[in-house]
Order: sequence, then structure tokens, then C-alpha cells
Amino acid sequence: MAKIGDRIKRTEDRRFLTGAGRYVDDLQLARCTHAYFLRSPHAHARIKSIDVAAAKAAPGVVEIFTGKDVADSKVGSLICGWVVKDKHGQPHKAPAHPAIALDTVRYVGDTVAMVIAETYAQAKDAAEQIAVDYEVLPASIDPVKTLDAGASQVHADVPGNLCYDWELGEKAKVDAAFATAAHVTKLDLVNNRLIPNAMEPRAAAAEYDRGTGNYTLYTTSQNPHVARLVLSAFVLGIPEHKLRVVAPDVGGGFGSKIFIYADETLVVWAAGKIQRAIKWTAERGESFMTDAHGRDHVTHAELAMDKDGKFLAFKVDTIANLGAYLSTFATAVPTYLYATLLAGQYTTPLIYCNVRAAFTNTAPVDAYRGAGRPEATYLVESIVSKAASEMKIDAAELRRRNFIAPDAFPYQTPVALTYDSGNYAPILDQAMQLADYAGAAGRKATAKASGKLRGVGICSYIEACGIAPSAVVGSLGAGVGLWESAELRFNPTGNLQILTGSHSHGQSHETTFAQIVSDKLGIPMDQIEVVHGDTSQVPFGMGTYGSRSLPVGGSAIMKAADKIIAKGKTIAAHLMEASEADIVFEDGTFKVAGTDKAVPLGQAVFAAYVPHNYPSDKLEPGMDENAFYDPSNFTYPSGTQICEVEIDPDTGVVDIVNFVAVDDFGNIVNPMIVEGQVHGGIAQGVGQALLENAVYDKESGQLLSGSYMDYCMPRADNLPSFKLGYQVTPCPHNPLGVKGCGEAGAIAAPAAVMNAVRDALAQVGAQDRIEMPATPRAVWEAIHAQ
Amino acid sequence: MYDFEYHKPKSVADAVAALKKASDGKFMAGGMTLIPTLKQRLAQPSDVIDLGAIGDLRGIKVDGNTVTIGAMTKHAEVAASAEVAKAIPALAKLAANIGDGQVRNRGTIGGSVANSDPAADYPAAVLALGATITTNERKIAADDFFKGLFETALKEGEIITSISFPTATKAAYMKFPNPASRYAMVGVFVAQTASGPRVAVTGAGACAFRVKEMEDALAKNWSPDAVAGVKVPADGLNGDIHGSPEYRAHLVTVMAKRAVAAAG
Ligand SMILES: Cc1cc2nc3c(=O)[nH]c(=O)nc-3n(C[C@H](O)[C@H](O)[C@H](O)COP(=O)(O)OP(=O)(O)OC[C@H]3O[C@@H](n4cnc5c(N)ncnc54)[C@H](O)[C@@H]3O)c2cc1C
Repeated sequence: MAKIGDRIKRTEDRRFLTGAGRYVDDLQLARCTHAYFLRSPHAHARIKSIDVAAAKAAPGVVEIFTGKDVADSKVGSLICGWVVKDKHGQPHKAPAHPAIALDTVRYVGDTVAMVIAETYAQAKDAAEQIAVDYEVLPASIDPVKTLDAGASQVHADVPGNLCYDWELGEKAKVDAAFATAAHVTKLDLVNNRLIPNAMEPRAAAAEYDRGTGNYTLYTTSQNPHVARLVLSAFVLGIPEHKLRVVAPDVGGGFGSKIFIYADETLVVWAAGKIQRAIKWTAERGESFMTDAHGRDHVTHAELAMDKDGKFLAFKVDTIANLGAYLSTFATAVPTYLYATLLAGQYTTPLIYCNVRAAFTNTAPVDAYRGAGRPEATYLVESIVSKAASEMKIDAAELRRRNFIAPDAFPYQTPVALTYDSGNYAPILDQAMQLADYAGAAGRKATAKASGKLRGVGICSYIEACGIAPSAVVGSLGAGVGLWESAELRFNPTGNLQILTGSHSHGQSHETTFAQIVSDKLGIPMDQIEVVHGDTSQVPFGMGTYGSRSLPVGGSAIMKAADKIIAKGKTIAAHLMEASEADIVFEDGTFKVAGTDKAVPLGQAVFAAYVPHNYPSDKLEPGMDENAFYDPSNFTYPSGTQICEVEIDPDTGVVDIVNFVAVDDFGNIVNPMIVEGQVHGGIAQGVGQALLENAVYDKESGQLLSGSYMDYCMPRADNLPSFKLGYQVTPCPHNPLGVKGCGEAGAIAAPAAVMNAVRDALAQVGAQDRIEMPATPRAVWEAIHAQ
Repeated sequence: MYDFEYHKPKSVADAVAALKKASDGKFMAGGMTLIPTLKQRLAQPSDVIDLGAIGDLRGIKVDGNTVTIGAMTKHAEVAASAEVAKAIPALAKLAANIGDGQVRNRGTIGGSVANSDPAADYPAAVLALGATITTNERKIAADDFFKGLFETALKEGEIITSISFPTATKAAYMKFPNPASRYAMVGVFVAQTASGPRVAVTGAGACAFRVKEMEDALAKNWSPDAVAGVKVPADGLNGDIHGSPEYRAHLVTVMAKRAVAAAG
């Protein structure tokens, strides 16, 4: 029997590693056509005319749709599902987002026409014959300049390109605290724009059944039920019960596959129109252009301290780039998922944050691994390290002085959240020990002797995951609840299916979920099948993002398992002619305490399906229980990362020589899987800090980093072997005591790396001249700038 | 990719004939550059003439002080060749650091040199070692071969058949890879040849070029310090999101210094 805490190899790996996974593009639908989307080559232009006549006559073409066809058939605007109210209580600006541009294109990659043909090549050939007459307009690309008076307008109905001007905290009190400060540290920083780069590009395949009027959409979704809800209730009007959404094996998402995009929407809509199946898989170049990007903040922050370095108040002013249209959860990311994390691990009593969200002629920006929390962590942990160096206090010591004490939980922060649990100092201690923090000065001196600059950086992060208590997010503007569903469906022979509303696209749910049920019910792993991703198989569920699957989805599974045990107990009591009160459930068996009478769970299951001798007066037959779990709070994983770098000042190359991460994820179900999540997260965080950058030409709005020739993904040789450690304070409010581990690496690593880079550059006075990504060029220029 | 006629001739003469007959033909070697170009619809040749079946174009021969490499010899073959490693170790090492395993198993020396990508590695070796490019029509000295961005002395329908490298008493290549593509952002090949030191730079300019001043300095004093003071002008060098012309100019000096040190 698997136990919680065992390092069990991933059961899904055999399938994935032998090429037996089944992704959307692998599906063979009968009489399938293929779609190609003609995309805007301009960042901003008026479409004067589109002539599709020649293209329609091209070989193999089945149909071509333009923005007019979509509008004529009353397809709704793509929606943003989170209403953020501005400073004055007004809802954010929500400009229309047609699935195909009607008369204006607003970013390079905006959809202009959908070409459907017998083969993909024919669709692509035909698209070249579509004549679009554009009037090119000036583009607003820079998130700061787009808010300037006179900037080119992205949407006519959004004056000044301002989506909202939002605030959290009490400004007057914060200002008053600043007036009493012994020292104020100021920081300007840019959180660079990232492109998610899931290994599998987005894809959609849809069919329409003329006989029943049912639609099926196979798509790369992290949340197929949410996709169905949005498509049904808001965009296409296909009733939910007539639309099945299936997300089969999905090769990575990192947030980018949460959202409901134009392409997938059009594929299902058009399948109904042409009454034939349609398939579309993004080319890598389209992924670069049209997957929702991540981050992209410009921030000024100030931290007020007393003479001992105690934080008195924190003030933040951020401009967040939302791109040309609002993606599905775009508004929430730089507000409720960002400003609420600005207390970090510290007792800072007063915090004020102002966020202005801006439209630009760039791809939409939305949640990307960490979503808001990496932005908050990078800011807090950068300014804390800067403050330490200004105050001449050791960076670890300054953190320690300001940590929330272990006996202060639950801890109410000034930015809305109530931290449930944590114990930060032992994490920092362990990280310092693993990193040999004490020996850093010696290593710096040795490096200096050979002309290298060494630096050490700390990041002590907090995050809120296990998203989320429905009533809380509802009060903040979310359009959905964020509970999760589960069903445990036994078969008469004693094996079972776990049906979950979570979705695995790399997170190893098939192993972890089976493991917790194996532990709880005493059933071997190979008797358990995890089913997810099909709206016609699993109960309505909210999907996977925000490190929620185990804390929320796993909790729902535990609740359903409790119902199985309760029902089994009644059956066992009946079979053993014992009182229910005397029965205990241990190692998969119901026993009468103090006797040798026992009924294995399998026998109770069999009795439930073949109820010849059964407590029919008390129970229905069958062993199939479902549960919905709505968390009572977020979970709050925390940890400390310490990064050590060595910089070659001749070339600007930053070499990570040591990387330590100590995390408190609460209880750990499968340490191997957790390590994998941490490794991947750190790799992405290092990518943001040193390598990755989505760059648009500031004038033309062309994506300059539109392929792997120019967009630098982290590779194995960019990374050292990580040293990991754990501290455990179980989550007090979910049945597994788990907190979530999917995003922590990516949340913390940028600050750890950049604090190390700045520490190294401080030796040549260049610490304030570097932004992410600290590429060789950027580092060299920082060193050599006068 | 647009449709094209595919040919796989068995001899150089047949390949040239096929190209002459085509309205807009293109030779294909490893296809590592050509195929992506076709897939992105950036080129639309009427005919693609695959040189892969021409046995004469493949192989490595060492003859006295000359290493001759057939045009269709793959990077992986050069990297793994004991003969190359013995005669010009820097050349084997250069080949071993081109792209990744898949690219090295397909990409060819002839394709790389014919293409004259500004960021390709081989051109630096060809120029620094003073190699001779042999075609179906003539022999071309390295100094006369690279003409500009993706531009060489090759005429329409001319096939590189082999490249001959004279050995050098000392040689080394230092590559500063573009962080994203891992092509050379700056690569410097230095060689102590029979006719004196030669220094060739790739990645920094429109095509590989020599740095006379460094060569003169090395002729006087073969040491890293000799080139440390030589700065190439940034004017006219490549600039992109990964490196400004100034940064590339700086890297030329740094890589030259390191190459001289590595050459011993
Ligand atoms: C992912 C990736 C990474 C790479 N990294 C590097 C790198 O780090 N460094 C580097 O130097 N290169 C790199 N390359 C380029 C690669 O190594 C090849 O050198 C290059 O693609 C050309 O060689 P090929 O044999 O593939 O030529 P092809 O792509 O087949 O042809 C290229 C051009 O040369 C012409 N041609 C080919 N052979 C001949 C001939 N014998 N005579 C005349 N004309 C000819 C063709 O008509 C075509 O125009 C990389 C390529 C890829 C795809």
C-alpha cells in the first residue's frame, strides 16, 4: 500500500516517456478539416477592407470566416472573469474583445481571418491570397508611455489606455509613518515580460453532431469546465449540456492554458457552422505571439524603517501592462494576487499599493506560474536586501528582525490576507547552513583574487495558494467560486476511479491523488485510476492553477473518501452483526474493536453492488461518493532561497555556483514529485532573472523575441544542482495539512538570483544599474556604464 | 512549406545539371538552415537538389600538412575524427560545439560555409587557417570567399566539393555563444600559420573577417597580452537585443585574448 510521504515513481511516466500520451493533435476525427488563422502583421491598424474571394476559390478551401461573419452570427466578446473596482468603486474598463478583429487590429498576432481547408497546407496557402487593406496606426507599446496624455489609443472607449487605477491600504497612515522613519529605502524596478512556452502548443479539435446537436471540443485546457462555462454562458451560447469539453493529455500550461482564447472558441463555433470536424494546432511562432504573456510591471517602491531596521511602512506604485485585450483573469493578477502579498514574511504594519493597469498594442498579459506573487516577492525581497545594504545590516539579520513570530499565527496582514501558519526563522537557518552563508565572505575574496565578482542573494518568500475560499474571492470580484470536486467511484470488483475536477498537465496528479487514496483506503495504487479533464465524465470542477490541486482538489478527494469509509462502516456493521460504534477502519479493513472480526473494504464494496445481504433500510446500493470542498482560507507556503553567483566582468556572464531552496509546503505526499516541481519552478525563476525576455520593438510593436533564436529558455547547463531542504508546519485547515508547491520555485528565484547579482555588482558600484534579465550584455553594460 | 520538385542526384555533374534545368533551384546539404527557411515560407524554390547521395562529397583526408574535408561531411564526423583532432585539434573542437547533437548529425561543413551565416562558427576557422574552398569549377582562397551577409564568392550553380585546411603550429577557437540561439555572438579563431599569425572573427560582423592589427601584434609577440590592447571599432558591427555593436567589439578582444591563451 502506498503511504503519504513515499517517493513513488510517477505512474504516468510510462505513457509519456514511451510516446503513448494522447494529446489534442494526436486525435483523428472523421472527415476532419484544418484551420489556419490569418494574423495581423501590424501592432495597430484599421482594417479598411478584406477580400477573401480569391482565397475562397483556392484548392481545398471549405470556408473562410472574418470578423464580420463572427459579429453577424452574434458570437459574444471574449470575457474577463474578474471585476476589479477602481479607487472610486467603478468597475474596470472592459473593451470588447471579438474573436476575430472587426475593423481594428490591436497587436501583432491579432486574429484577422479563419481559413478552413481539407489540409493545413491548403488553408495556409489560401490565407496568402486574402487581401487585407490596412491603414497602419501609431502603436502604444510601452506600459508607462501608454498612460501619457497624447498616447495613441488602443481602444476608443478606454480613455488614456487606463483599465483601472486601483489601490489597497490606507495612504494617509502610510505617509504618516514615513514621516517618522529613521531611514527610507527607495527602489525602481521592472518585472520583465515573459512568454510561457508550454512544451505542447495550444490546440483545439472540435466536432458537431448533427443528429444530437451536441458539440465536442478537445482542447489544451487547464480547466475544461471553466472553458465550457465561459463558452456556453458568455461567448457562444451553446447550452452547457450540449457542449462537451475534453482536455486530454496536456503538455504543460504554466497558466497560459487557463484562459479562453479566440482560436479555441472559433474552432468549436466554426465546427457547427460547417458541420464538420476542425482541428487546429498552434505553430511555435503563434504560441510566442498569441499565448497570454506573463508579468510586465514597472514599479517604484519605498520602505520606511526605524533606526534598528524594523519595517514601519511600505509604499508601492505599479504600472501593469495588460496588453491589447483583457485575457480571462488579467485584471486579478496585478491586484488581488499581487498587492495582497506585499507583507511578505514580515510584520510591516502599514502598506499602501497603487496599481494602474494599462492597455498597450501587445499580446494580452495574464497569469503565468506564480501570477502576481512572483511580482510581489521580487519587489519585497529586492527592497529588503537593498535596505540591508544601505543600513549596513546583514541581509539575513534584517529579515530575521522583521519576521512574523511563530506564535503570532493566525496573522492578519495589513493587506487583507490572514496567514494560517508558518515558522520562518528555522527555514532561514537551514538555508544559511546549506548555503554555507558564513563562508561567503571568504569565497568572495577568493573570487576577487582571480578577477571574478561573487555575490550571495537571499529571498524569503510567502505565497498564497490553494486558491481559494469562494466567498472571499467573490467579494473581491471573481466571477466564479474556487472550490473543487471529487468522486470516488468503486467498481463491484473493488477497484476504483478517482474523478477529479483538477487537471493534470505535468503536475503528476495521477500518482499523487492515487497515493493519498491508497494511503487512506488501503487500496493498492494499481487498483486506482485517476480520471480528469472531460466534462462529460467528471463532476463540474474548477481546474488546476494557483497550486490548488492538492490543497483543494486533494481535500475534496479526502472528503469523498470519508464518505466511502462511513458507508462501508454501516455495511460492515451489518455483515458482522456488530454495532457501528464498535467498528474501526484500519489498513483497508473494517474491524470490530477487541475481536478478530473483519470485513475488508473490497467485501463491503461488493456487498454494496450485490446487495443480497445488505442494510437496505439504511443505505442505497452502490459505492460511489462525491464531494465538493471549498477551502476556508488560502494556504501559505513559505521558504527561503539562497543563490550564489560568480560574474565574469570581462564578458558579463553570470554563473550560478550554488542554489539552495528550503520550503515549508506543509505535509509532503510524494517528495520526489515535490522536488520536481521545485526544480522546474527554480528553472523558470532563473529563466526570468537571467535569460528570458519578451521584447517588442517600441515603435513598430513587432515581437523581436518571437522564436527560440532570440527568446532564451533556461537549459540544464544554465543551472547548478539544487540543494533542497524542508521544514513542515502543516496547514491547519485542510484535511491533508498540505500547502501547495507548484509555483514556489518560480516565485522566489528571481529575487534570490538578482540579489546575488546585485551583491556581486556592488563590488564595482553597479548594483543599481541592473534589471532582469541580467544577460551578459546587461551585466557588462551595468559594469561599464559611467 | 510550398511544394517543390525533389531531386537526389548521385554525382556532382548531375546535381549541377538539375540546378541548371530548374527555374529556381536550391542545393540542399544537411537542410538545417534550408528546411526551417522553407517551413517558414521564407523561400520558394522550384526544385530542391539534395546532395546527400553524392558519395564523393563526404570524408576526411589528411595529407601531409593539409586536412581536406568533403563538403557533405557532418559536424559530428569532424568532431569525432581522430585525424582532425590530431592535425588541427581546434577545428575538431569547433565542430563539437556547433548547435546540438541533432544539428551536428545533419549539418555539413559545406552547407555552413556556403551559407555564410554571420553567426556560424566554421567561417572563422576557414579564414584564420587560410583554407582553400574547392568547388566543381575552381579553387577559392578563404580570403576571397566571404563577401557579406549570407553572401559568398560562389556563383549560381557552383557546388563546394571540399575544403582544405593547412595545419597550424598553434590554433584555438573561442566562442561566446548567443544565450538564446547558441550560435556565435562573437567567435575568434587564432592560428599561427606558415605565413604568420591569422585572426578571424565571426558573429560580430556581416560575415567573418580578419583583424590585421591583432595579427601584427601577435607576429611581434604571441601572447594574450599582445591582443589585449587591440580594440576593433564598433562601427558597422552587428547589434541586436543580445548585444550592441560596442559589446560585440569588446568581446572580440576578450575572446581573442582567451583564444591566444588557449592556443598556448
Ligand atoms: C538549432 C540549430 C542550431 C545551430 N547552431 C549553430 C551553431 O552554433 N554554429 C554554427 O555554425 N551553425 C549552427 N547551426 C547551423 C548548422 O550547423 C549548419 O551549419 C547550417 O544549417 C548549414 O549546413 P547544412 O548542411 O544544414 O546546409 P543546408 O541547410 O542544407 O544549406 C544551407 C545553404 O547552403 C547551400 N549549400 C549547401 N551545401 C552546399 C554546397 N556543398 N555547395 C554549395 N552550396 C551549398 C544550400 O543551397 C543552402 O542555401 C545551427 C542550426 C540549427 C538548426
